[in-house]
Amino acid sequence: MDFLSRYDLLGAFWVTVRLTVFSAIGSLVWGTVLAGMRVSPVPVMRAFGTAYVNLVRNTPLTLIILGTSLGLYSTLGLALADETSGTFLKDNNFRLAVLGFVAYTSTFVCESLRSGINTVPVGQAEAARALGLRFSQTLWIVVLPQAFRAVIAPLASVLIALTKNTTVASAIGVAEASLLMSEMIENEADKLFLIFLAIAAGFVVLTLPTGLFLGWVAKKVAVKR
Amino acid sequence: MTAAAAATPMIRMSGVDKFFGPLHVLKNIDLEVPKGQVVVVLGPSGSGKSTLCRTINRLEPIDKGTIEVDGQPLPAEGRALARLRAEVGMVFQQFNLFAHKTIVENVMLAPVRVRGVAKDEARRTAMELLERVGIANQADKYPAQLSGGQQQRAAIARALAMRPKVMLFDEPTSALDPEMVQEVLDVMTTLAAEGMTMLVVTHEMGFARKAADRVIFMADGEVVEDTTPEEFFAAPKSARARDFLGKILTH
Ligand SMILES: Nc1ncnc2c1ncn2[C@@H]1O[C@H](COP(=O)(O)OP(=O)(O)OP(=O)(O)O)[C@@H](O)[C@H]1O
Ligand SMILES: [Mg+2]
Repeated sequence: MDFLSRYDLLGAFWVTVRLTVFSAIGSLVWGTVLAGMRVSPVPVMRAFGTAYVNLVRNTPLTLIILGTSLGLYSTLGLALADETSGTFLKDNNFRLAVLGFVAYTSTFVCESLRSGINTVPVGQAEAARALGLRFSQTLWIVVLPQAFRAVIAPLASVLIALTKNTTVASAIGVAEASLLMSEMIENEADKLFLIFLAIAAGFVVLTLPTGLFLGWVAKKVAVKR
Repeated sequence: MTAAAAATPMIRMSGVDKFFGPLHVLKNIDLEVPKGQVVVVLGPSGSGKSTLCRTINRLEPIDKGTIEVDGQPLPAEGRALARLRAEVGMVFQQFNLFAHKTIVENVMLAPVRVRGVAKDEARRTAMELLERVGIANQADKYPAQLSGGQQQRAAIARALAMRPKVMLFDEPTSALDPEMVQEVLDVMTTLAAEGMTMLVVTHEMGFARKAADRVIFMADGEVVEDTTPEEFFAAPKSARARDFLGKILTH
């Protein structure tokens, strides 16, 4: 087993964790905005939300991640880090990957939330409107808080999928766990199964507690009717 | 209040038509409710009572005609409409208390978020109102922990917290177990006696006799009778009203 200590497994998984956390926060924010658009009374917003979700959700993730690097950076010149810095490529690829994951994962957050919104009885929004709350207040104060509580379990699945999806970032050279795995396999072909096991175990360690914890939270905050 | 202000009706509907697709649910409704009047709306199921009630704060938009509240025509959807709704209290059959907030939070929410009242002041007012409707001891519970009657009284307190000019009630006791009906009607009767302008859709004849100044009987989207409770119950003019009363009063 000591060949493992020759590789920076922890460092690679740390990149995985950071990719996941930044992407999760971004997806939650952008996904909520998208859900707000999809239920908005303004037709232009609804149309944008629907078009965005249907387009992005049905595009393979690898295409989106490659698109951020080849399209946004190489072709359009969008740099997300300081180009004179020594770690430019590393930082830029990391951020481009996060951008791609946010663009993609937010569509799943949006659709989960929308199904959550459907579990909130219409009377809740009617009561809010009847009291003089504006559309945005009704959404943020009354409907979304109840919708979120209803979809914590499905959001946990989205988060777990995201954690595993971060391996796609290796396509643009982000040094996360699966990129290290490829490198290890090249050097230690005879230990193939051990390497697989070690990496798989790393992912289980990340995702299993997340799932269990959020399952517990979901029960705890469920809205009683 | 000047004479002119006093003469402005609280609610004025004229020539109001409402369709749900091909279904004509409100037919050329003309209705004026003066300030301080308590109006009970009666009628068979599907006659358009709820729809009438809901058009007054534009939860249902109308297809034709005009509606004014205290002399002000109903604005289109937006900030102005939200402001007007803040002055029109509404109580629903299903209570519709915010399920994720405690009772006192339910009552405080609109004053804080819509009127910008400071939280501690809003809480004080909310507790006074809950005291008034007899459920101050339930303030920190969630709606699902209360009985139906308690929930409906909380919903009335929530509406009153906005100091509305007029209150709309859509079958406030129809979802309640029989033993809880009276506690809600008592709150409404007190409110009526205090001079609140009220439009109440209900099948509670006792309330209509005791608290109402006026009875409106609807059938098929039309106002068929518009009279005092005494006259309506003693001598309904239309066959539809006689038929309706016969069914209601025999059970
Ligand atoms: N959102 C809607 N879409 C389509 N039709 C509707 C809608 N709301 C009500 N209706 C129809 O409009 C008519 C009037 O309904 P309304 O709810 O106003 O009657 P109501 O007098 O309140 O009846 P009830 O005593 O059963 O509450 C009914 O035929 C009803 O089916
Ligand atoms: Mg009704």
